[in-house]
Amino acid sequence: MSVLLPASLAEALETLAADPDLVPMAGGTDLLVHWPQHTELHERSYLDLSGVEELRPHRWETDELVLGGLTTYWDIIEDQRAWNELPLLIDAARQVGSIQIQTRGSWAGNIVNASPAADGVPVLMAYDAVVVLESTRGRSEVPLSGFYSGYKEMRRSPDELVTEIRVPRRAYDVQIFEKVGQRRAQAITKVGVAVTRSDAGWRVVANSVAPFVCRCPAVERILEQGTEVRGSDDLLPAIREDVTPIDDIRSTAEYREKVLARLLYHDLLDLCPSFG
Amino acid sequence: MNRTIRLAVNGREHSLEVEPRLLLAHLLRDRLDLTGTHIGCETSLCGACTVLVDGRAVKSCTLLAVQAEGRQVTTIEGLAEGAGTEQLHPLQEAFWNEHGLQCGFCTPGMIMTAHQLLEENPEPSEDEIRHGLEGNLCRCTGYQNIVRAVQSAAAELRGG
Ligand SMILES: Cc1cc2nc3c(=O)[nH]c(=O)nc-3n(C[C@H](O)[C@H](O)[C@H](O)COP(=O)(O)OP(=O)(O)OC[C@H]3O[C@@H](n4cnc5c(N)ncnc54)[C@H](O)[C@@H]3O)c2cc1C
Ligand code: FES
Ligand code: FES
Repeated sequence: MSVLLPASLAEALETLAADPDLVPMAGGTDLLVHWPQHTELHERSYLDLSGVEELRPHRWETDELVLGGLTTYWDIIEDQRAWNELPLLIDAARQVGSIQIQTRGSWAGNIVNASPAADGVPVLMAYDAVVVLESTRGRSEVPLSGFYSGYKEMRRSPDELVTEIRVPRRAYDVQIFEKVGQRRAQAITKVGVAVTRSDAGWRVVANSVAPFVCRCPAVERILEQGTEVRGSDDLLPAIREDVTPIDDIRSTAEYREKVLARLLYHDLLDLCPSFG
Repeated sequence: MNRTIRLAVNGREHSLEVEPRLLLAHLLRDRLDLTGTHIGCETSLCGACTVLVDGRAVKSCTLLAVQAEGRQVTTIEGLAEGAGTEQLHPLQEAFWNEHGLQCGFCTPGMIMTAHQLLEENPEPSEDEIRHGLEGNLCRCTGYQNIVRAVQSAAAELRGG
């Protein structure tokens, strides 16, 4: 095993271009869990990004918040503007693991780890975030909602790093994030949902109910069209069009579907005249 | 391939040759004899291994030693200003006075996490303390006295 420690983004990209088998490492909070037991992981070589300072800061532009490739949950929790303008980022960040995970875990790591249960991804997706990928070949941008194509499959080539995540600044009148886990703290999500409404329309994003975190277009249509919804069961057909939950050690498909429907129904009851 | 890393631990500079797969927790305990940093689960859950890296609480069982290159690491041994003397940090005093520990296994991690919590929020509510310490498990105390200890240290640090 070796760990390479590039000092600049240019050096990181060149090193990765020369050896795309290198595993990028940001906070390491996904990669290093159960490290002593996972001896097969000790055979690999890593590109540790933690010294690439230019990837850490986030910045506010006129029309967007730009997260760096190393920006952590804690960096955003410390930013009062995020509490005011994009509060779902705070809601999700404060529920990722615990303080010690929030100080190291990065938004980019959450995206590339591609867990169906990721908590950072749904809120970013509900805010229409765009993933910026860079390699020595150039730079490309992919909307997060189109980033995944299957379980742990995504539009990132091995020589690319996530260098920025661009989050549009819009006025929202609905912002909801719900995480259901076994317990309140340090639990992996069984069912989660993020909902926003702005001039761009409704966004409904679910996690832990499909091979990857995804938008729910059929549910979004119900909201856009103001279709009557008389109870949570009325949402089930749309939910079944949008997601494919499974039974696993944490929960069952049936539970996940029902809870998702109830979360949506009860959260939207007071906000949507068509819900009754 | 071993690497030489430089890092400061409790204010002292070290230059050490390490295997890349070595976790920071093991470096602190086995190479630097700083056994105040405990290892409970080694899976990033219990928080016993919490130390400060550049002032931020992290679980040292989920960090490679090489990732601490060039950083300032603070362990429970280095928390008190007069480290090495009888002088304790107000958080350590408070855990003692408020019976915030029984077996003491979780205590170093609790204190390091509480340290970051109070840096960010000098006057946390009970709820905020409980939320802040979610990543630290204690099998003895039932947490009540830990919360009380953090409240008392917060008051002391505010000069109350
Ligand atoms: C105790 C504990 C609790 C947790 N709880 C939660 C939780 O509640 N919710 C949740 O969503 N997650 C949770 N996690 C998982 C993890 O903390 C998050 O997914 C975190 O965001 C990962 O970020 P990282 O920087 O540590 O990623 P790393 O572990 O460094 O990397 C993760 C993946 O992303 C890749 N990668 C990282 N950065 C880049 C980049 N810039 N470009 C390209 N690829 C990159 C790596 O190669 C790797 O595949 C938990 C982890 C632990 C240990
Ligand atoms: S030993 Fe590190 S969290 Fe338990
Ligand atoms: S005092 Fe024993 S584990 Fe906390």
